[in-house]
Amino acid sequence: MERRKLRDVVATFLIFLVSLVSLIVLVMIVYDIFSKGIIAFREVGFKNIIFGTKYYPTMEPPSFGIFNFIISSLFVTLGSILVGLPLGVGSALFLSEYADLRTKELLKPFIEILSSIPSVIFGFIGIVLIGPFIRRFFNIPTGLNLFTASFILGIVIVPIISSLTEDALSTVPLTLKEASYALGGTKFDTITRVVIPYTKGALISALLLGIGRSIGETMIVLMVAGGAMNFPNSIFSPVRPLTATIAAEMGETAVGTTHFYVLYSIALVLLFLTLVLTLISNHFIKNLKRD
Amino acid sequence: MKKILTLILSILTVFLFVFPKTNDITMSGSTTVFPIAQKASEVFMDKNPSINITVRGGGSGVGISNLIEGKVDIANSSRKIKEKEIYQAKENGVNVFETVIANDALSIVVHPSNPVSDISLKTLKDIYTGKIKNWKEIGGKDMSIVVVSRDVSSGTFEVFNEKILEGAKYREDALLLASNNAVLSTVKDTPGAIGYIGLGFVNESVKALKVEGVYPSKESVNNKTYKIARSLYLYTNGKPKGNIGKFIDFILSDEGQKIVEETGYIPLR
Repeated sequence: MERRKLRDVVATFLIFLVSLVSLIVLVMIVYDIFSKGIIAFREVGFKNIIFGTKYYPTMEPPSFGIFNFIISSLFVTLGSILVGLPLGVGSALFLSEYADLRTKELLKPFIEILSSIPSVIFGFIGIVLIGPFIRRFFNIPTGLNLFTASFILGIVIVPIISSLTEDALSTVPLTLKEASYALGGTKFDTITRVVIPYTKGALISALLLGIGRSIGETMIVLMVAGGAMNFPNSIFSPVRPLTATIAAEMGETAVGTTHFYVLYSIALVLLFLTLVLTLISNHFIKNLKRD
Repeated sequence: MKKILTLILSILTVFLFVFPKTNDITMSGSTTVFPIAQKASEVFMDKNPSINITVRGGGSGVGISNLIEGKVDIANSSRKIKEKEIYQAKENGVNVFETVIANDALSIVVHPSNPVSDISLKTLKDIYTGKIKNWKEIGGKDMSIVVVSRDVSSGTFEVFNEKILEGAKYREDALLLASNNAVLSTVKDTPGAIGYIGLGFVNESVKALKVEGVYPSKESVNNKTYKIARSLYLYTNGKPKGNIGKFIDFILSDEGQKIVEETGYIPLR
């Protein structure tokens, strides 16, 4: 009896240690980014970095305005949601409400495989196939732009949104649906008036997770967004999101220069954006559980 | 594909690797110099089985800062070391010694369908700064110019900046791409594009332009008639001695220079 108790205590302690590891790592990352990002804000000025629209880090004199990158990140993310949300929710609705069991078993693995494709593959396909196709189709100067990046990211987040939505749809009590049918409601009525309102909270958290994935995605935007630092004044503008800037420049930037610290301040902005998103999505998930 | 993988691996290396300190030779730095260093070290290790050489990418800046911090024996660089870096090195007790191991030329490339075949340095600058926006202004088709550049931290951009832009600001809507291969495949698929890549990356899918009437080649680079050329460097702490000296001598030998040529760069002789 005593020995079993001891084992329990040891196990609890070990598991506690393991969970501590991720906390320590998180704290170290945040501390590192924060302490170095602050240096850039001090050297260049918070306003000059956040609201500056010119980014010439290696010119004399350098300028480090990342406003256009923030906007680009937000636009690319918004675009990816416009593509990914209808596709993800639509496919979840089809799978859980319309498809028969055999169709469902046939289609579901494909959506799951989609989520396991490495993002560099999407980027590669974007450069060699989708980008050139979009350039020809819309007859625009270049296919590496906001639209292409949004479109590909939209496809990438389909499995995330779809699987979360489907989980939520399966929690809708059959009695509610039956009640709707009994009142003479069609399938469409049932979905729009019963199923979707019932799963609203889950849909919003699926949306926020999709946004989180999009805003943090690096490889795809590095490869297909075009990398221009201008303000995206058209959906076909080449753009440069925050993540792409860090990935493109970190490897070649001399450690300890202002440019180096500015890359940390970009990471800080990114961290802030994803933190806000996580907090909002946690809020919705909590609300959902309470309901 | 291979280039993209290299890119990812080099980015990963930057964040993940803890550099071990051993008696073997370690080198890191420019992804441009990487193929030469990699191939040369393989051949060298075959001949000298007792010496082990580790080559990592990361970029010129990373290589040089690794050398300054004493984490590697050799820094590979596709640009000349900066005054600031030499100063930093001195503070850390590292006395930087430079060895030129090869030359490289930047080729100006356009879409194969583009009728323009010769370009001056001045025109090139005007295109990249946005003064010239349409190919018809320089005798081409009526088509807007898509300016393709490398990201501003790359050694390749630095050479382009030094030789062409001379510190002038490039167009805000210039595409800044992350690798030679990304520039190549974008120019290949974009009729209005102009870009620049290392000579070793040029193939028949794009059209290389004459610059001031001269095609980039081994001869035109070595006799300095081709204007957009650069050297590739190895930096060491002090004059290379022992195994490090032996390895660098090997790269400078006829056999080493043949490897330089095989990997698509320009040998010193």
